[in-house]
Amino acid sequence: MSATGIIQTQTLEVSLGPQHPSTHGVFRMDVVLDGEYVVKLKPVMGYLHRNHEQLAEKMTWLGSMPYTDRLDYFCSMTNNWAYALAVEKMTGLKVPERAEYIRVIMAELTRLLNHSCAIGFLLSDCGAWFTPVLYALREREWILDFFETVSGARMMCNYMRFGGVRVDLDDASLAMARNIVARWPAFLDEFEKLMTENEVLLARTQRVGILSRNLAINASVSGPVARASGVEYDIRKVDKYGVYDRFDFGVPVGEAGDTFDRYMIRILEMREAVKILEQALRDIPAGPFIAPEAKLRNFKVPAGDGYGRIEAPKGELGFYLVSEGGAKPYRYHVRPPSFINLTILEDMCLGQKVADTVIILGSVDIVLGEVDR
Amino acid sequence: MIPPLEQVREMLSAGAAKSSLLVEREEAVAVAQFLKTDPQLQLDFCSCVTAVDYIKQDCIEVVYHLYSVALKHGPVALKVRAPRALEQCRMPSLTPVWRGCEYQEREAFDLYGVKFDGHPDLRRILMWDEFVDHPMRKDYVPPMDYEWEPTPHAETLARAKQTGGTVPASALEAKK
Amino acid sequence: MAVDPNLKSELQKQGIFVMPVEFLYNWSRKSSLWPIQFGLACCAIEMIAAAAARHDMARFGAEVFRASPRQADLMIVSGTVTKKMAPQVVRLYNQMPEPKYVIAMGACAISGGPFKDGYNVLKGVDRYIPVDIHIPGCPPRPEALLHALMTLQEKISKQHLNEVSWYDKNAPSEFPVPQYGAHDLEPPANPKVWEPPKK
Repeated sequence: MSATGIIQTQTLEVSLGPQHPSTHGVFRMDVVLDGEYVVKLKPVMGYLHRNHEQLAEKMTWLGSMPYTDRLDYFCSMTNNWAYALAVEKMTGLKVPERAEYIRVIMAELTRLLNHSCAIGFLLSDCGAWFTPVLYALREREWILDFFETVSGARMMCNYMRFGGVRVDLDDASLAMARNIVARWPAFLDEFEKLMTENEVLLARTQRVGILSRNLAINASVSGPVARASGVEYDIRKVDKYGVYDRFDFGVPVGEAGDTFDRYMIRILEMREAVKILEQALRDIPAGPFIAPEAKLRNFKVPAGDGYGRIEAPKGELGFYLVSEGGAKPYRYHVRPPSFINLTILEDMCLGQKVADTVIILGSVDIVLGEVDR
Repeated sequence: MIPPLEQVREMLSAGAAKSSLLVEREEAVAVAQFLKTDPQLQLDFCSCVTAVDYIKQDCIEVVYHLYSVALKHGPVALKVRAPRALEQCRMPSLTPVWRGCEYQEREAFDLYGVKFDGHPDLRRILMWDEFVDHPMRKDYVPPMDYEWEPTPHAETLARAKQTGGTVPASALEAKK
Repeated sequence: MAVDPNLKSELQKQGIFVMPVEFLYNWSRKSSLWPIQFGLACCAIEMIAAAAARHDMARFGAEVFRASPRQADLMIVSGTVTKKMAPQVVRLYNQMPEPKYVIAMGACAISGGPFKDGYNVLKGVDRYIPVDIHIPGCPPRPEALLHALMTLQEKISKQHLNEVSWYDKNAPSEFPVPQYGAHDLEPPANPKVWEPPKK
């Protein structure tokens, strides 16, 4: 206490990370605190910068397909798709209908997997230590089993090819997928019963980390984070890539833009994904699973540049490619959604308590493989 | 030079691959403001920012991919070029126009050495602060720090032959 | 040990167990290995999966992931160690109390793996800290991690108290933390831990 009797506080600098249980990997936040409140926050990244882009420029076009798996290691299927889509745009390869359906099935299963884990980890950050994650990982294993049956690998599927997919889905694996989809609503009900009306969750997430609609658009925020703030923008609806225009599904949009909305949007998106999966698994046509003119060896892309993007579970995943007409890309750039969604982390955390920063970070749902590449 | 509205609209209707707009460095901010605020374009979402090193043309090109959330169209690729030499490799930052460019321009600075004038916080983002090189440039030479295996990749094979498949002891000795 | 087997079994019937102190010591250490909660990359997800319901690492006494290195016995280097992260990894290792063990999980932690060509990727964590178990795979399955854990337990149960390094005053338990240099880490490797392969 000073002579005048007014308590004076000194700001305190805290470095959260890179080894911290709630930073979802090797992410670091340099936080300046006044008492318990955040007055400044600077994210520090690059601790997992493993030169994906430079390696891809030294490799053949197809050679970097397995590397895309390791970008966002929860969602290897959607990463594959985004890269394949960008290359197909540049070469004009037509994807057969069955392959498009298979891609939709894989992408939506990935969305289920990602969102359930994201929510689980968010709840872990709130203090429900590991219990929701156990439920999420229990269900995730069923999807991983399916991916393993189809592609041979649990996490790093390396499944899509330019002009289609690598192997066909047989009846047994389709039945497996139907089984997963059939049990998912029951899991979601259980999950929600466990959490949505939980007092702890409500108290810690409502009106915490509010992101306004205008800032979300101006800061290029995409995916569930943007939609929770009221930005009605879903690339599946806007670009209508693949066969998404054939399915009947809604795009949930939040109002408050707080952490609770970002949690709820993911639950609702999973329910919509189940709808898409039911339709896709019902309507999947017979036919080839890869374009007959697609070449795996000696694959070349005409000179020029192109940008392809999809609605990955975390937001807009884009690939900007420059070709000189050769067997290697001249420039290969990934537009990672979780990296760009971090732009507004400081704005959301200012004035909040330090304990809320990890929840806000959890609700943005980052994966460091994608942030740092 | 503000591009004629008709030209941009034509690009938008021509489809994704064909719509790129090369502007001079001095005009970049004015063009960006126009693209963002024009009621018929409203390109309010700057999706992707990246740099490309065209070593043969001796320039570094920064590419901005713009979309419109309000009107749901896009993309328009805005391209700005700067010479490769490190001192002259600078251009105005578009972060004041689109906040989403902030980290991506920092990344372009880190990996390509493009200095963005007017950027609020231009520091390295992926590499550590003491690092001096710009590793995504085509003429960057990585440190010699591992045994190069003779693989079919021509470049790696050449280095493997050069180093005899081991870490050169000199590389270790010199830095001790 | 020098106990007559017949006497031993007779004593066991009376509820008296005869064993060397070493056995008890190793058995209790190997049955409660606390890993440090420290995920680097893709392999960390498989590490979490190994701790979750299906694979259930708790069966081996290793489910208590500690966020503080001071309370941990085991470091699972789960993923790519980049040059930017390497000083922190070494620092965490230094902060762990003896006895401590390291599992290098996945191709990246062993040698840089698929990212070996990268300018920011450390070509194997064993350049700076000694590694006990290597698990190949990209990423290794949770079963592989469980196997590594069992292998480590086997290794622990064979350690002799009069030979272990942490009672040796001359054996280092902390290693110098590399510094960020202008082009690379300095030094690029710790010669006391690692030596470049011979031609």
